[in-house]
Amino acid sequence: MRQPYPFSAIVGQDEMKLAFLIAAVDPSIGGILAFGDRGTGKSTAVRALAALLPKIKAVEGCPYNCEPSSTAGLCRACGDEGGKKPKATLKPAPVVDLPLGATEDRVVGALNLERALAHGEKSFQPGLLAQANRGFLYIDECNLLEDHLVDLLLDVAASGINVVEREGLSVRHPARFVLIGSGNPEEGELRPQLLDRFGLAVEVRTPQDVPSRIEVVKRRDAYDRDPDAFLEQWAPAEKKLCARIVAARAHLASVATPDAIVESATRLCLKLGSDGLRGELTLIRAARALASLDKKHEIHEQQLKRIAPMALSHRLRRNPLDETGSSARVQRAVEEVLG
Amino acid sequence: MNPGGGPELSPWERAVLAAEAFALAPVGCGIVVRGRPGPVRDAWLRRLAAALPRAAPFRRIPASIADDRLIGGLDIPATLKAGRPVAEKGLIAETDGGVLVIAMAERLPAGVAARIAAALDEGEIALERDGMSMTSPARVGYVALDEGADDEEAPPPILIERSAYFVDLDAIAIRDADDGADDQDPGARTEARARFDAMPEDEAAMKALVGVAASLGIASLRAPIYALRCARALAALEGEDAIGRRHISLAAALCLAHRATRLPGADDEDDEPPPDNPEDDPPPPEEQEIQQLEDVVLDAAEAAIPLELLARLKAGAGARARAAVQGKAGDSQISTRRGRPIGTRPGHPREGRIALVATLRAAAPWQPLRRREAGPGDARRIHVSPDDLRIVLHHEKRGATTIFVVDASGSLAMHRLAEVKGAIELLLADCYVRRDSVALVAFRGKDAEVVLPPTRSTARARRRLAGLPGGGGTPLARGLDVAALLATQVRRTGQTPFIVLMTDGNANVGRDGEGGRPKAFEDALDASRKLFAARVAALAIDTSPPSRLRDSAQTLKIAEAMGADYIKLPIADSARVNAAVRLSAQRLQG
Repeated sequence: MRQPYPFSAIVGQDEMKLAFLIAAVDPSIGGILAFGDRGTGKSTAVRALAALLPKIKAVEGCPYNCEPSSTAGLCRACGDEGGKKPKATLKPAPVVDLPLGATEDRVVGALNLERALAHGEKSFQPGLLAQANRGFLYIDECNLLEDHLVDLLLDVAASGINVVEREGLSVRHPARFVLIGSGNPEEGELRPQLLDRFGLAVEVRTPQDVPSRIEVVKRRDAYDRDPDAFLEQWAPAEKKLCARIVAARAHLASVATPDAIVESATRLCLKLGSDGLRGELTLIRAARALASLDKKHEIHEQQLKRIAPMALSHRLRRNPLDETGSSARVQRAVEEVLG
Repeated sequence: MNPGGGPELSPWERAVLAAEAFALAPVGCGIVVRGRPGPVRDAWLRRLAAALPRAAPFRRIPASIADDRLIGGLDIPATLKAGRPVAEKGLIAETDGGVLVIAMAERLPAGVAARIAAALDEGEIALERDGMSMTSPARVGYVALDEGADDEEAPPPILIERSAYFVDLDAIAIRDADDGADDQDPGARTEARARFDAMPEDEAAMKALVGVAASLGIASLRAPIYALRCARALAALEGEDAIGRRHISLAAALCLAHRATRLPGADDEDDEPPPDNPEDDPPPPEEQEIQQLEDVVLDAAEAAIPLELLARLKAGAGARARAAVQGKAGDSQISTRRGRPIGTRPGHPREGRIALVATLRAAAPWQPLRRREAGPGDARRIHVSPDDLRIVLHHEKRGATTIFVVDASGSLAMHRLAEVKGAIELLLADCYVRRDSVALVAFRGKDAEVVLPPTRSTARARRRLAGLPGGGGTPLARGLDVAALLATQVRRTGQTPFIVLMTDGNANVGRDGEGGRPKAFEDALDASRKLFAARVAALAIDTSPPSRLRDSAQTLKIAEAMGADYIKLPIADSARVNAAVRLSAQRLQG
């Protein structure tokens, strides 16, 4: 497989890039939904993210990428080591593609057919959810995915644990991942209860000004013609960005959350009438991740303002007949609450 | 007019040129060929096949292809024979290095298109099915054979987006379509390919094509990227080592013209700033040259805009017509609720389709035991007993499609029409909650039309409704006929139709489009009876003003003939209308 297009070389699309970076810093944000026009580089950005992410330390040979230093949330095999320190290895953070047409047995995992047929052994073959543990799971055109698969994914994404009860197997394994869904609203809308499960939602548009459009075409062309030279040219920028993610992760826990900010977030959510507490939580967490990326010691209103549209616009109790862009509604509320 | 400066091309020559340019670098993009099957299309396909490298696969895929053939999966016969799982490649992977020919692309479900698109974008195809997990190279391009009869029938937008070229063969006569047997030798094409790969970066060409795409209102950035590739291919085919002006113009004509959503200069000011600087000081000579080039290229692209698209753009309706096409393809995919397999259960193949993989899984753990029992004389690799048999379960839920049949005639005075629209909006909100599809039929003047084909996008329904003009006669019979036809189509897709008729019953135009109340009413009654006979559930909402008792009586008669529930709008408030619809719909589903 050829090297993906570099993340830093993506022209514009600041919202989408920011959302990805935030999730890279704090995966507990929940999933990201990137909805919008075709040919805007949604898939490109996801592939780019895979190459950008810092490598993870994992137990060697573990199909679930268990973290060696942690004691909780290990898979059964790694947990059973009996105090022995498992061997660790560095590997790329998983960014797993869920292709359309994938069957349920490959998504959740199923009886290992080969072992069963050849040796009569009942063993579990982990699926894509296992591969995605501690990383990202990407679904392109997620509105075309079968409903029952989407439900299943969201359920696992929310709980962080994949429970398989089929074919006489009973397996539980950790499956903590950030779900990234992309799609085009013209292909069909997403169910509201599904929308709400995504932490951040960004609308992706084609850049409208001619100079940036030329820049997009130019870079794409350069990449297509000589990927190696192009990657080399962007390597320093990529390295810097990767270092920024690493630093932001380390710094995250020490970012303070002033009471005034929590209050503003709550007022904002009340104003918009967003259901439940998920909105507030995501808003605060994402703002904290952004503050950490910006090397701040506490969350400022500035971060809250920047995050509010992507954290809240998809949570508004939707009037299907009102087309006033929900981002505009969030913007208005932000102005009223935060001034 | 010949802005490119080269020789004027006939439609056939242009079509062949597109095939040649596409064949030089087909990976990751496609070509849409519009036209009926026939000798012209066959001749064109032969030209395309001849232009591709000798060994390149050229595989036809049917629109109705299933995932196990498209993407691959468990090879059941081989698995049974070998006694271990054997994977089978799908058609996409088998076509690696070649071109997929998509027959009847206008019937291609959006899901299949999305799977092909994934392979196009990645150059490989991931298989995650039946316990198999593998990735195979799939550097493919495609030819989409579009046999759509009208604008509503088009290949899915996911595919259109990745179609670099568009060729219309409908207007080409058989005698013009030559086979070109004495065409250039394959060696020349190999050389052209080498020149294509070595072609230097051309910033002027890039700027011109991006600028032209913006002037034509083309949002996607894939379009100028493909056009650039096309210009390069054209130059390489002509033996040039760099892109010339003529190639850029031709590339714009071949790759950009058909994507136009507006005419250049139409409303540049509102949408975006013009590409160059409107300040007084003249731009540097280099910029001037690019601007000049852009103008020439734009002329070429404009000249190549297909006639009917041009007509639509001139009417200022380009974008909307496209939107209609886009929505349709997506909806049909999502509404394909019929028989979605949701799992398996033990059972006999008599009761349903056998689920081979699940059966194998059930049999697998017992193999050593059974082998031992059967003894060495038994040559079977896999021992399957009747207990292992699994059959596929299907999801039976059938969605409903509410067809709104709206009287938009003059007799329904403007303010009443607004009220009707309001009522429908409320109903739409309800449909949204139930995830029903909605469709909209309007009748006025002499005829009725499907304003909105079945869709799950209530936002679009609302937009259409808001733009619905009023005035003219009341061809109620035509409206009901069109609704009946639509209901039949809806049923064919496995959905249950439900008609909501909104009229004042004041029919005054008959089926033949002639005026005359008695005849018009008779026709309407007849149409209603047909709906009743077709057993389409319906609700009639009477919108006549309280003072017009005669109209009311007529609407009631129509409702009775249809076997429809009847409510009167002025009395019924919106909540009651909603309750009535819900009740009717429930009865229908329960």
